[in-house]
Amino acid sequence: MSLFAKYKFNGGLKLAGHKKISMQEKIADATIPAQLIVPLQQHIGRVAKPIVNIGDKVLKGQCIACLGDNKNNTVTAAIHAPSSGEVIAIEQHVIPSMLKQTGDCITIKTDGKDTWHNDINPINDPLSLDNDSLKQIIFEAGIVGLGGAGFPTHLKLTTKNSNKEKPIDTLIINAAECEPYITCDAALIQEQATRIIQGIQFIQHALKIKKCIIGIEDNKPQAIKALELALDDKTQEQIEITQVPTRYPAGGEKQLIQVLTGKQIPINKLPRDLGMICHNVATTYAVANAILDGTPLIERIVTVTGDNIEHPKNMRVLFGTLMSEVLNSCGYTESNNQDIIMGGPMMGIHLDSANYPVIKTTNCILVKNNKTKTDPLPCIRCGECARVCPANLLPQQLFWYSRSKDYDRLQEHQIFSCIECGCCDYVCPSHIPLVQFYRFAKNEIWTQESDKKISDHARERHEYRQYRLERKKAEDAERKAKKKALLNKKQGIDTSADDAKKSAIEAALQRVKEKQTAVPKNTSHLTVEQQKKIKEVDRRRSNKINPAAIDTTTKNTIKPKDDNNG
Amino acid sequence: MLTAIIALSVLAVVFGLLLGFAAIRYKVKTNPVVDQIDALLPQTQCGQCTYPGCRPYAEAIAADEADINQCPPGGQTTILALADLLGKDPKPLNDEHGEHAEKTVVYIDENVCIGCTLCIQACPVDAILGAAKLMHTVIASECTGCDLCIPPCPVDCIHIIPAVEDTKKISVKLPIAPLLINESDQ
Amino acid sequence: MDNIAPSSVTRMMLNVFYALIPGIIAYVVFFGWGIVLNILVAIITALVTEIFMLQLRKRPIKPFIMDGSAVITAMLLALALPNLAPWWLTFIGVSFAIIVGKHLYGGLGYNPFNPAMIGYVLLLISFPLEMTVWLQPDSNISFSQNLNYLLHSTLNNIDAMTMATTMDTVKTQSGLGLSFTTIQSNYPTVFGQFAGEGWEWINLMFLLGGLWLLFRRVINWQIPTAFLVSLAIMALIFYPSTDTSPMYHLFSGATMLCAFFIATDPVTASTTPNGRLIYAAGIGIFAYIIRTWGGYPDGIAFGVLLMNMAAPMIDYYTRPKAFGES
Repeated sequence: MSLFAKYKFNGGLKLAGHKKISMQEKIADATIPAQLIVPLQQHIGRVAKPIVNIGDKVLKGQCIACLGDNKNNTVTAAIHAPSSGEVIAIEQHVIPSMLKQTGDCITIKTDGKDTWHNDINPINDPLSLDNDSLKQIIFEAGIVGLGGAGFPTHLKLTTKNSNKEKPIDTLIINAAECEPYITCDAALIQEQATRIIQGIQFIQHALKIKKCIIGIEDNKPQAIKALELALDDKTQEQIEITQVPTRYPAGGEKQLIQVLTGKQIPINKLPRDLGMICHNVATTYAVANAILDGTPLIERIVTVTGDNIEHPKNMRVLFGTLMSEVLNSCGYTESNNQDIIMGGPMMGIHLDSANYPVIKTTNCILVKNNKTKTDPLPCIRCGECARVCPANLLPQQLFWYSRSKDYDRLQEHQIFSCIECGCCDYVCPSHIPLVQFYRFAKNEIWTQESDKKISDHARERHEYRQYRLERKKAEDAERKAKKKALLNKKQGIDTSADDAKKSAIEAALQRVKEKQTAVPKNTSHLTVEQQKKIKEVDRRRSNKINPAAIDTTTKNTIKPKDDNNG
Repeated sequence: MLTAIIALSVLAVVFGLLLGFAAIRYKVKTNPVVDQIDALLPQTQCGQCTYPGCRPYAEAIAADEADINQCPPGGQTTILALADLLGKDPKPLNDEHGEHAEKTVVYIDENVCIGCTLCIQACPVDAILGAAKLMHTVIASECTGCDLCIPPCPVDCIHIIPAVEDTKKISVKLPIAPLLINESDQ
Repeated sequence: MDNIAPSSVTRMMLNVFYALIPGIIAYVVFFGWGIVLNILVAIITALVTEIFMLQLRKRPIKPFIMDGSAVITAMLLALALPNLAPWWLTFIGVSFAIIVGKHLYGGLGYNPFNPAMIGYVLLLISFPLEMTVWLQPDSNISFSQNLNYLLHSTLNNIDAMTMATTMDTVKTQSGLGLSFTTIQSNYPTVFGQFAGEGWEWINLMFLLGGLWLLFRRVINWQIPTAFLVSLAIMALIFYPSTDTSPMYHLFSGATMLCAFFIATDPVTASTTPNGRLIYAAGIGIFAYIIRTWGGYPDGIAFGVLLMNMAAPMIDYYTRPKAFGES
């Protein structure tokens, strides 16, 4: 039986779902394409490095790129060959990201046989796995967050947390899928509820988490029913299904946690600081597959929907398949004035063509007919954006400060709490592309901070160099003076009268040196006395004066010949 | 009439004393302005501002001997920040001191280098590694692009190359919104 | 589906226009066609000056004209002016409002002061005589007579037809020490049920229009509520001694027009939910103070302008706590 959520979050929008159109057929398997263009960056973090070469034959599920092991917790994920074939290229290709980036991709020419790698074996006795072994399995399977962000899952699934006193006691499974048009998670739950529950159990056992809550929007009655049926008496005690009201963006991690538990994650903190971890339901399914079948992450469910598509549906697609092929298999007719979006209409990435590969974070390929865009009018400060903001921010103020590049005020108004959900964009009567302004502002602040680091570093190096040169000068002077004394002694010149004075000078120089070593930072601010002493040394060095001829009583009035040339 | 004059004078004296007392008693201790100015400069130590380094330029600005628009590597961003800090009007970069350009680093052609160490002595941040009669090389991550090493080199083996872009660094532009942007923003 | 606000600025302004119509009809019923003529002059002036200023500033004309904000400013100013106003009065007021009150600050969205109120205050201070020529309610002058006055500032029997408004009467008479009930009995034609004759109906119609705007989510509830409540409370606090009841205050003068149409101007009002409450309460308090103890019969305009000045500071201090902020 499922429960109903007791809490809600501020703001948000009730949007038309458009979900029924893609839920009319069962999940279809996409055909294996002739070529798979597999990007090496399908996750947040450092890009994976290829471990195969051009000409290598690879088998399905074979690891083709990775970056080290998971021992030092580098933020990265492994990439595997989605089907068997031959590596024909490792080169740059466009990859679907917000900024039309290109990235390195391994191109595999498939042989059609789809032969699995022989290392693919299910795990024995999965319920006895501990935290570290689970982490290793997930790392080796290249599993990342399939909800859209792509954070490497093995780093999230750990019981280490920053607040040592609070252990992880709640696992939250995000089955909300709040964006319109997207139904991949709902379809997955309907067809694979049992395996999902098994995945949850493996995680719960390995991390010793007592309670699990599956948060699912109430517009998915069939999926909820499938989950309820998959629970038996034993699992029912540990796993709770909670329906949340359908409201965008209920699927945002912070918003979902607030709706399910009433707690707000503090700014700059993670769910694990409150003793919770949150995973997408498709990620959990991938974990179950890695354990029960031993298969790495090589495919996912993608919703293909929108205008101009004859048979919108969910498809199981191998990574590296071009989106154009997936669209064609659903009866897509190309036309002018169309937007092709990877993701949903609110947060999706607009692509300029369908010539991009499907990657781990491709939850939906959406085609929308372009509405005529009007130029945005000035902000009239109506405040609608603030009313719908799920992060309780003041988008109108963020907008004004982004335009005037007032970074201090932006930080005061908590711009980094913005989850870029697009609710403010949607309601703005002036049609201002607000989220684009916030992305600009965030990027500027990051750039400013990194520039400051660089300039601070350069300043340190410069100041150290100043100090080093002064120290060298002082050491040289002392050495020369010593040499002179030795020379004079050899030549029998009586310097005893001036020895006292000279040792006084040397003692002074020594003090100068010690002072400098004691305070290495700011040697450009030497005291007048110190500077005068150094100048005196310089003068003597350059004039090669016989020490006996120094008139030490008037040394303060002697002008140096050349100045410091630091 | 007389009472009015006396009353206003007394008020003036009283308020003057109050303000003077408050100015001394409640004075807020801030960083010396030279440090604050120096913190805004890009630390290229190139000397294009006509001062031998960023700190001397900062001191000159604080002493009102130099203008705020003399730093080409800092560009308009630095000028605006300095204007904001000092309460002055921002102005465009002074062309006499150079143009604002993308960050560059230098590179020593190892086939030509004779190991004279003149460039090492010139580099303000010690970014060149080497010793007498041994190969010199530039540590690119430390090079600030000041180009002070190029004139001393007797064999002209130092070349300027664009700095390698940090691949993680994304350049996001302000969205184009013609009706929103006022003339002064251009 | 959520009841969200109109999806464009033009639609918002159109909704405001519709909401003003019941009040205008009530105005015509009680005071004749003068108001419609004034509105026409105001709208034409507004559009002409807006086009002129946009060309001067080299900005695109069509999008800014189509958003309807100039038309609404013109209508609101015309509704605030006396019903018998010469054409040049409206012309000066509206052109000042659009040129100085709006475009010199940067155009739509950039002005800190309510343009209609700026125009009104200019006229009030510069032409005090013309601003007090109010037609009696139910005087039934014809359309052509109105037009004549508009163009030539002449009207037969003008002194018999015009008089001070209700609020004006109350102010001057109570200044002479008379109580409210005495004033009421002395000037029966001026008073209706509880406020000015004709005026209470106009205010009621504006109230209905405003409630419709609330339903359509064109305006927020904080400003009208805070304004009316603060005005009523101020009146209640001082009621027995000043003799003007809260009902009187709420339904006379430009109260309802201000509550739902003037104070709610989004560009110049405060923008945070709590800030709006403070802003509107401030207007209510100032309006009451000026009405009762100030030099003008209606203090709405000055109240609005004073709170416009305070709006940015109010916004800064009433920023809501962000998600997860302690």
